[in-house]
Amino acid sequence: MTELTLLQQAFEQESRPNPYPIFAEMRKTPVAAQPDGTYVVSTYDEIVTLLHDPRISSAGGPMGKSANAPFINADPPEHDRLRRLATSHFGPPHRPNLVAELEPWLQETVDGLIDKLDGKGEIDIVDDFAYPFPVSAICRILGVPREDEPKFHTWSENMIEALGARFSPGDHSDVFQRAMQAANDLAEYLGGLAEAHRKDPGDDIISGLVTDSGPDGRMDEKDVVATGRLLLIAGHETTVNLMTNGMLTLLRHPEQLERLRNEPGYAIPMIEELLRFEPPVQVVPNRVALADIELGGTTIPKGSHVVLAVASANRDERRYTDPDRFDPDRPEREHLGLGGGVHYCFGAPLARLEVQLALRTLARRLDNPRLLEDPPPYRPSPILRGPRHLRVQVDGILPA
Amino acid sequence: MDKARGRIVIVGAGLAGLRAAETLRDEGFTGSLTVVGEEWHQPYDRPPLSKQVLTGFAAPDHTALPRLRPLDDVHWELGVPAKHLDRDANVVRLADGRELPYDRVLIATGVRTRPWPNEEEAALDGVLSVHAIDDAREVRERLAAKPKRVLVVGGGFTGSEVASVCCMLDVDVTLVERGPSPLSGALGGMVGSVAAEMQRGEGVDLRCGVSIDALLGDNGSLSGARLSDGSEVEADLAVVALGGIRNTEWLHDSGLAAGPLGVGCDAGMRAGTMSAMATDDVFVAGDVAVFPHVLYAYDRITLEHWKHAVVSAQIAAHNMLCAERERRPHVGVPSFWSIQFGVNIKSVGVPSVADHVVVAQGSTEQRRFAAAYGRQGQLVGAATFNGARWLEHYERLIASTAPFPPDLGEAEQATGATPVPADFPAPHPMTNQPTVLITGHSPTDLHVQRTVDGGNR
Repeated sequence: MTELTLLQQAFEQESRPNPYPIFAEMRKTPVAAQPDGTYVVSTYDEIVTLLHDPRISSAGGPMGKSANAPFINADPPEHDRLRRLATSHFGPPHRPNLVAELEPWLQETVDGLIDKLDGKGEIDIVDDFAYPFPVSAICRILGVPREDEPKFHTWSENMIEALGARFSPGDHSDVFQRAMQAANDLAEYLGGLAEAHRKDPGDDIISGLVTDSGPDGRMDEKDVVATGRLLLIAGHETTVNLMTNGMLTLLRHPEQLERLRNEPGYAIPMIEELLRFEPPVQVVPNRVALADIELGGTTIPKGSHVVLAVASANRDERRYTDPDRFDPDRPEREHLGLGGGVHYCFGAPLARLEVQLALRTLARRLDNPRLLEDPPPYRPSPILRGPRHLRVQVDGILPA
Repeated sequence: MDKARGRIVIVGAGLAGLRAAETLRDEGFTGSLTVVGEEWHQPYDRPPLSKQVLTGFAAPDHTALPRLRPLDDVHWELGVPAKHLDRDANVVRLADGRELPYDRVLIATGVRTRPWPNEEEAALDGVLSVHAIDDAREVRERLAAKPKRVLVVGGGFTGSEVASVCCMLDVDVTLVERGPSPLSGALGGMVGSVAAEMQRGEGVDLRCGVSIDALLGDNGSLSGARLSDGSEVEADLAVVALGGIRNTEWLHDSGLAAGPLGVGCDAGMRAGTMSAMATDDVFVAGDVAVFPHVLYAYDRITLEHWKHAVVSAQIAAHNMLCAERERRPHVGVPSFWSIQFGVNIKSVGVPSVADHVVVAQGSTEQRRFAAAYGRQGQLVGAATFNGARWLEHYERLIASTAPFPPDLGEAEQATGATPVPADFPAPHPMTNQPTVLITGHSPTDLHVQRTVDGGNR
């Protein structure tokens, strides 16, 4: 057996609780060629450079170029058109207040979930809270029936497994097979949903997309399905992890938890620091060089796959003072936790609000929370990284 | 001298003056700090005055600049302009005769709007500008009352933004631009022609290549204008947007290198004298500064950009307090933005020094593109229409003096993208250069005297 590369080491399940020392090792070679010809970029300046470089493509990644890729796997101008169409049903300029107006409902959902914990001495932050909350939110915004959650939960897990599999040694054809099947099943499901919304449109994104008559024309159905698939998966898988990583970090820093309890506005800088410190998307795996690119003393040859290790860049000692310290007051607020460039996180305003409300309310209502297991067990994906369970003991639940 | 103490006077209470005051306190200056401002208002933000304030989206009094730190220990002298800088006595003399003694002084007096040159016509009711908050408020009120037609005088960024607001408000608008197209002064003729098409498409009655011979009045109120092609335009509101005049008259006999082009300084924002020597205690920031830029062959440039005001002020303030070896240069890649006709226009570098331009990405037809500007084979600027997220790439290339045209490999490229002449208007010759006289007998003890006014009248 050949020795594992640093990226493979970082992606091993046993590294999941703390991959950061391996990332620190990776940063000694900011742009590193892998045995398979992939290039891993691990430092802040170099990643930011590539995020804005038009010679880096998001299409034609490991899954190959496909006609109906969601915008996360498309390049301008097609990317721009698809994203613009989706944005017109989600944010400014057409729906500027959509996220803000959801706040009362989001808060109600948060409180409803926490109310249900009353009487339990031991809770699982993931299953009891951090999973159901964003799922409810994305279902509502997208126009997906909440009761179908068990179906797409499995599809989603199967697809995410394939994201990371290609980086670990061994044969993964079964994983890719399952992912392909899941993608098809989810596409079929969303196709049916789109059809239903076309006949009876609501106030949701899918209804908006299938009835759109804006200047860019209507999205064709395959693109609606691809967009729905992307938003459904991205809309809950990442937010779950940000919330859980957040609670875990706060339980490890009780003084921060205490401050959040007394100072609700502290949630705002805290979430930015969380996005830096424990980003829910650890690496951007889908880029390809369209030209020879000189970077960090290396030439990435045209055609190479490029992996952007944003979680590593977020701990880059050349960018941040004391990068391994969790410090929401730090002056360097910029981070790559939501990506950058044209593919900057589509759902960022929603994710920020959800996690603010979640952490703020958990901090206030959980009476004396204690971690029962540290580190907690982690989900398998090295790319969308977060705990599978976060067991916490509480003395009780305080009223809303 | 302990640089953390003493007396600092900042002349100019705009964005640059405010950020300089904050930086001085942030970096530990504990002495007396005075900010002098000609207007009565606390420092406010100008970009909204030609956009959100005019549409009514933002109230004029909601444009106060946010404070990045408390400034309770700053003395504000508002509503009174500085009239004189006496470097022998180390005092700033105000228009009301009072004197403010200083140990170090920062010049941040910016620009004022260039008025319509005919005073009688300029005095007609309905002839306004949007540079200052009180003017913008009045234009907003008149726009809200639905004028029959607005005449915009000048097709630079401000004029084009005003025309855009008129279209948003469904007010008929005629824009008169002496050059071949709007925005051609800042972005050149190729991009200017895209802007022209955009304006016409949105309903602007655009008249390029003509000038206004006279503003016409009826009983003291504006009734229209007569253009150089003989045509007449009826209008009951005119917004004059002919650029700015740098506020340097008060420095006329200060001995500084101050004139219509601005106040000369080094890249550390230290003011220069008329004899081309550096000062130690006079600094410059913002629109009024003329400074050499390392990326542009060390040519002296001026910038009327928001970010330049902030950064030059912060650098000037830092350099006012630190030791010589710790001084910082103002060498960042310039940038600016505009929003008009639903298009987000952004630029990095200095496009206006370019000889060629190429549409590097996107499509000018769809008004989504990135244009790269080159001078003698070096990339010197870039501008995007609805494509701001690519701009950082060009900024990096500019900062590394990359070759022009940029090579994008197989990345999305504009079809048939070949460089064309950038087509900037020829720089206006200086009609009234200062005339100097060197006097004295010993070659090591000569003096420079101004013989003719430097053109400030």
